[in-house]
Amino acid sequence: MSMSEPLLELNDVSVSFDGFYALTDLSMKLYKGELKSIIGPNGAGKTTFLDVITGKVRPTKGSVTFKGQSLLGVSEQKISRQGIGRKFQTPRVFENLSVLRNLELAASPVKNAFSLLGSRLPQSAKDEVHRIMNYVGLAPFASVKAGSLSHGQKQWLAIASLVAQAPEVLLLDEPVAGLTDEETLRTAELIKSLAGDHTVVVIEHDMEFIRDLDFDVTVLHQGQVLTEGPLDQVKADPRVIEVYLGPPEQ
Amino acid sequence: MKLFQRLVPWILLAVALFILPAALDDFRLNLFGRYFALAITALAIDLIWGYTGLLSLGQGIFFSLGGYAVAMYLMLNTKSLAGGNGIPKFFENYGVAELPFFWKPFWSPAFTLIALWVIPAVVAGLVGWLIFRNRIKGVYFSIITQAALMVFFHFFNGQQKLFDGTNGLKTSTSELFGQLVGSPDMQVVFYRLTVILLPLAFLVCRYFTTGRFGDALIAIRDDETRFRFAGFNSVPFKTIVFLVAGALCGISGALYTVQSGIVSPQYMSISFSIEMVIWVAVGGRGTLVGPIIGATLVNYLRSLVSEALPEAWLFVQGALFIFVVVLMPDGIYGWVTNGGLKSLLAAFGIAKKAKTYPRLDEEALPVD
Repeated sequence: MSMSEPLLELNDVSVSFDGFYALTDLSMKLYKGELKSIIGPNGAGKTTFLDVITGKVRPTKGSVTFKGQSLLGVSEQKISRQGIGRKFQTPRVFENLSVLRNLELAASPVKNAFSLLGSRLPQSAKDEVHRIMNYVGLAPFASVKAGSLSHGQKQWLAIASLVAQAPEVLLLDEPVAGLTDEETLRTAELIKSLAGDHTVVVIEHDMEFIRDLDFDVTVLHQGQVLTEGPLDQVKADPRVIEVYLGPPEQ
Repeated sequence: MKLFQRLVPWILLAVALFILPAALDDFRLNLFGRYFALAITALAIDLIWGYTGLLSLGQGIFFSLGGYAVAMYLMLNTKSLAGGNGIPKFFENYGVAELPFFWKPFWSPAFTLIALWVIPAVVAGLVGWLIFRNRIKGVYFSIITQAALMVFFHFFNGQQKLFDGTNGLKTSTSELFGQLVGSPDMQVVFYRLTVILLPLAFLVCRYFTTGRFGDALIAIRDDETRFRFAGFNSVPFKTIVFLVAGALCGISGALYTVQSGIVSPQYMSISFSIEMVIWVAVGGRGTLVGPIIGATLVNYLRSLVSEALPEAWLFVQGALFIFVVVLMPDGIYGWVTNGGLKSLLAAFGIAKKAKTYPRLDEEALPVD
C-alpha cells in the first residue's frame, strides 16, 4: 500500500431507513495518522457514518474499504479485529466487571472462546492495561465494578477500553458528553496523546473541545459533507452558519 | 473463621452423604435426593441465565431427554417388563413388534451413560447455535425456547408407539444389578450418587464462570453489542454455555427420573420449566451457591406445603416468587451476602456498631 492511498475510504455511500436517507452519496477518505473532527446538527448522519464503517449498518449503496479491502457484509467483531475501534455515544462499559477486568477483556489478544478458557493474559497486555489505567486515573478503582463509577469515569473507561484494544483507527462518538470542563480538558489531552500512531475520528458537539483538539473539521449536513477545513475557516462559512442557526432572515 | 469457611463445603458434603441417610427415613431421603438432582438443573440455568443472560424457558427438554435415556435403558434390561418380543410390554400394546431403531443402542449401559448427557448437549448445542447465530436474544430467545419445549412435549406426548405417550416410562419397577430400582437400598445408592454429582456440577459451572471466559459471559450479559465491538464473536460463547447447560440438565433429569420412578412428558410441561427458573431466582442468580439453595429450599417447601394443604402450593409458590423478586432481587443468597442478615439484626437492635467514622482515605481518591 503506497502512502498516498487512503487507509479508510467511503465512496458514494447512502443509507436509507425505509426511504429516509441518513447518508446521501457520502464520500470520505481517511489517511493513516489523520486526525479528524466531525460536527453537524442533529440528524446529520454522524452516528450512521460510524455505523457504516463498523459494520452495524449495511449501506444501501456505495462502498467502504479499509486498507483496500471491502468492509461490506463483514461482521462487527471482524472489523474490530482488523483494527477499527469505536466508542459509543453513551459510555458503554461492562457494568458487572471491575475496571481492571473491563480493560483486560478489551486488551485480550485472544478473541476465541475456546482459547479464552485455558489461556492467561500475556504479561505485555497486563502491563499495557496498567499503563492505560494509570494514564486515565482509574488505577485506584481497579477492583471497583464499572457500574458504580461516575459518568465521567465511565467515559474514560470506555475510551481506555478502546485504547486497550489497540486499534489503528479510533472512532470516538461524543467522548466528552456529560463531562465537566476539567474532565473535558483531560480527555482532549488523552486523545491528542493518541495522535501519531493512531488515526482518530472524533464526533462532537462541544466546540470548545473541538478547538482544544485542533483537528481538521468536517461538517456533515443531511447525510453529506458540507465543508471541510480548520475550525475557524469552517465556522466562518456561511453555509455552516445557516445549517446551525437557520437561514438568515429576509 | 477462614479455616471454618473453607471447611463448610466439606462439612455440608459429609452431612449430606452420611448424616442425612442415617437421620431421615427412606421416603424423606428419597425426596432430598430429588431436590439435589433438581439443583443440578438450577445450576445449569444459572450458568446460562444468571451469568450469560439467556433466560431459557425450555430446559425441560434436556432434562427429559436425560430421563428418557436412562428409563429406556432400565426398561430394556428388565426381564419382568419385557413382552413376547423381548422388548418392553407397552410396545406390544400399540402393536409395535420391533424396537424403534433409535432405541436400539440403549441396550448398552455404557452407551446410555454417555447418551444421557451427550444427546441433550448436542440438541442444546444445535438449537442454541441456530438461535444465537441469527442474533435472536432477550425475550425472543425465551419465547423460542418455550416453543421448542412445546414441540418436544407434543411429540413425546403423541408418540405412543415410540415413547408410550402420555404414560411415560416407568423406572420404579425396573431392575438394575438384579435389584428393583424403586427399592430403598437402590434409592440410597441413587441419593449418594446425586450428592456426589451435585458438587461436580458445581465445579463444572465454576470452571466456566471464573477467569476470562467467565468475564466474557458477564460481558455478554451486560452489553453484547459492545462485546462484539471489542472483537469477540459472542455466538460460540453462548453456544458453549447453552450446550454445557443442556448436558447438566440431562444428568439432572436422569438422576431425578430414577428417584421419582417415572419419566413422562409432564417433565416437558411449560410450568415445570418455569419453576426451574423460579428456583434460581429465589436462591440467587449470578452466584453458584444460590441455585442449589433455591432448588432445595423451594422443593422442600413444596413437599411440606403439599403434604399439609395440597391445593395451596401454587399460591405459596407465586407469593414466594413475588416476594423474592420485589424484596430480594439478588435472591436469598445474594440477600445474605449483601448484608441482609446484618440489616435484619439491626432491625432487632442487635447489630454491631461501627467504632469510628470510616477514615477518609485520601489516597484512594483519584489524583486530580
